[in-house]
Amino acid sequence: MNIAVEIRDVAPEALAEVRPTATEGGTAPKRIVVGYGFWIFLLSDIVMFAALFAAYAVLVRATAGGPAGPQLFNQVSVAIETACLLASSYTCGLMSLAVNSRRRGAFYLAAVVTFVLGAAFLFLELREFAGMIARGATPQSSAFLSAFFTLVGCHGLHVTVGLIWLVVMMAQVAVKSFRASVVRRLLCFSLFWHALDIIWVALFTVVYLMGIRA
Amino acid sequence: MSEASYDHVPGDTLVAEEGESSGLLVYTIGLALAVLLTATSFWVANTSLLWAPGVALGLAVLAIAQMGVHLVFFLHITSGPDNTNNVLALAFGILIVFLVVAGSLWIMADLNTSMMPAMDMPMHH
Repeated sequence: MNIAVEIRDVAPEALAEVRPTATEGGTAPKRIVVGYGFWIFLLSDIVMFAALFAAYAVLVRATAGGPAGPQLFNQVSVAIETACLLASSYTCGLMSLAVNSRRRGAFYLAAVVTFVLGAAFLFLELREFAGMIARGATPQSSAFLSAFFTLVGCHGLHVTVGLIWLVVMMAQVAVKSFRASVVRRLLCFSLFWHALDIIWVALFTVVYLMGIRA
Repeated sequence: MSEASYDHVPGDTLVAEEGESSGLLVYTIGLALAVLLTATSFWVANTSLLWAPGVALGLAVLAIAQMGVHLVFFLHITSGPDNTNNVLALAFGILIVFLVVAGSLWIMADLNTSMMPAMDMPMHH
């Protein structure tokens, strides 16, 4: 009887030994937990953008007699903005590689190039907004323009936040070097920056490329 | 319990078997594909060679393909078992995005068609 009880006590542990899973080793390393959590945040951010995209798609013809897409959008400017953001996404990837191999010089170089390309994108976008507002196409003038400025402006705001974050990360690397917490934040930053580029792909297709045909 | 049994983080290039040069190669392939798809999108939007009603659909396909390229080559989302959590979260995100966008367009288009006769009403009476 005693033996039987003992076997029953041991059995579940022995069974668990057969299939070693991540849960076995306790909580996953902090890098994985943080990265996954940030991934969930990014997906919720994308869901928010989906709502703005839906609003834009519904209101795109509600121009209230004012200017529509074909009269407002400058494709050359959009192409340059797209090139800037795509190139900055690439240099952001190079920055991640530099971080992983702990090369300070390469990190600063890639981070500065990423910042300059992101800033160029933002400058072109703000110039486009200023040009539209100067021609009377303000966010207040039609439902279409309200939706346009909300959607594109929200993306621009994300880029602005990303640029500030990047400067902060460069300062943190300068002061704290590549300690674990800084490297985790750099991982989150690169995720954020790549996600912004994915949203821009949807944005230039739906707003600008489909907009000039309408 | 080895390190490999844990999940893979999205965007993580810190994989043991992957060297520095292969990481660079992945990003470069991604950039090349993304540039190709973007250039095609801009060409499709501007050319008069293609059947006009199909252009919007073509642009949507190109955009979705490019988002896929970004996910795989820049965010390193794969179909591996260490990626299941990331892919499931992504799939749920895509579901919600689809419901919000398609649902809004459907409902609003339906409302618009229902509104049309009502707007004509004063003319008839």
